[in-house]
Amino acid sequence: MTPLPDATRLCEQLAAQIKPRLRPDTALVGIHSGGAWVADYLHRALGLATALGSLDVAFYRDDYGSRGLHPRPQKSGIPFDVNDRHIILVDDVLYTGRTTRAALNELFDYGRPGCIELAVLADRGERQLPIAPAYCAWVLEERLPAGSKLSLRRGEHGELSLELKHA
Amino acid sequence: MLNPQLSADGRLKHLITLDGLPRGVLTEILDIAAPFTEVAAREVKKVPLLRGKSVFNVFFENSTRTRTTFEIAAKRLSADVINLNVATSSTNKGETLLDTVDNLCAMGADMFVMRHASSGAPYLLAQHLRNTGRDHISVVNAGDGRHAHPTQGLLDMYTIRHYKQDFTRLTVAVVGDVLHSRVARSEIAALTTLGVPEVRVIGPKTLLPSDVERMGVRVFHDMNEGLRGVDVIMMLRLQNERMQGALLPSSQEYFKFYGLTEEKLALATKDAIVLHPGPMNRGVEIDSAVADGDHAVILPQVTFGIAVRMAVMSMLAAGN
Repeated sequence: MTPLPDATRLCEQLAAQIKPRLRPDTALVGIHSGGAWVADYLHRALGLATALGSLDVAFYRDDYGSRGLHPRPQKSGIPFDVNDRHIILVDDVLYTGRTTRAALNELFDYGRPGCIELAVLADRGERQLPIAPAYCAWVLEERLPAGSKLSLRRGEHGELSLELKHA
Repeated sequence: MLNPQLSADGRLKHLITLDGLPRGVLTEILDIAAPFTEVAAREVKKVPLLRGKSVFNVFFENSTRTRTTFEIAAKRLSADVINLNVATSSTNKGETLLDTVDNLCAMGADMFVMRHASSGAPYLLAQHLRNTGRDHISVVNAGDGRHAHPTQGLLDMYTIRHYKQDFTRLTVAVVGDVLHSRVARSEIAALTTLGVPEVRVIGPKTLLPSDVERMGVRVFHDMNEGLRGVDVIMMLRLQNERMQGALLPSSQEYFKFYGLTEEKLALATKDAIVLHPGPMNRGVEIDSAVADGDHAVILPQVTFGIAVRMAVMSMLAAGN
């Protein structure tokens, strides 16, 4: 397989896709942890006025019965009124779509957003739910082997990189 | 030794006592409780973790606060909650504890939250469930006799960590009726496990267990001496309902020697916090000026208690 693309480059591309479609009331919500890092980058790159939101979907996952609870869930924080707002949900890697579904459910517990769009750094396909990104910087052309995990890492100085682990 | 509270892979199955629970598990519960505190701030104060599960609150002894906070916690996890005030039901007609439980299992219980006047009753229940092949049902001890009140101990630990961050630099005093207090036993066990270097107990000889030093605490009978330099003061309720015989001359006299007043509080560090498990006897173990003062964290304890109980119940449901 060809080497993984540079994560910072992908973030720049994602920001460029989103920029022309920003509205005055647009807010970003990153899904913990990788999505929150990307959202943090986008928030600075796009110079958004509305504070950045973050979600940890641990309490909304559908595999809780089989995999148990994540041992260190983070506090979700939505520091703005979601009602009638344009929200862009940000994640690092889109795969089955189950994390996105959990995040949508959680977001609706804060109110009734006007519109939600999805922005992801990478789309590895193999969706199990009817979910598609509005903004995506990298679409993988080939399927990854079953059990492999593509995720975003953040180094000591905040530098982002993609990592692929095989089962 | 087999710990009946943990499954073979170390996950929490039942919560019966904090005594013997590893530090890692205690810390994990506190860590998981933290994000639950945020749920209360949402428009919809619920998460779907226990959707479709039935939680039975079985209280063989009266309680308002504990039962209510367990009920709120279960409801915020989306569970169905059934409250049984057994003090006024079939056990009064002669049914045994285990028969009552078997009936509730037949009604589809997934979790029991139990309070009982007899020490060991929740353990008996957990054992019964295992012996009858109903291991998937969890038990939470909401207070058994003088033995343990683990969720109270945990919410106290959560409160201390919230205000003081690091357990390993604290001096903590537990004050009052330790003899009758399951809360004190759970607190002391948790404080010791979490690495508090000095735990003191303060009380009259008649209200301290005779072998209290074996719990690894320093004993003080003079409150002024015991409070000197402490960071955390954990007051206990004077449990008049459990006292038999003349343990105390009078509640006025008790207040004089062991009631927490502003003068006595001034002996502790200047940013000391004061905890009380409730219900408070004002003018007996605590003066109103302290209970309503800047050092008291008694109402935050109640709020944190909901998040801690949510964490415990969601871990139990995941462990099964």
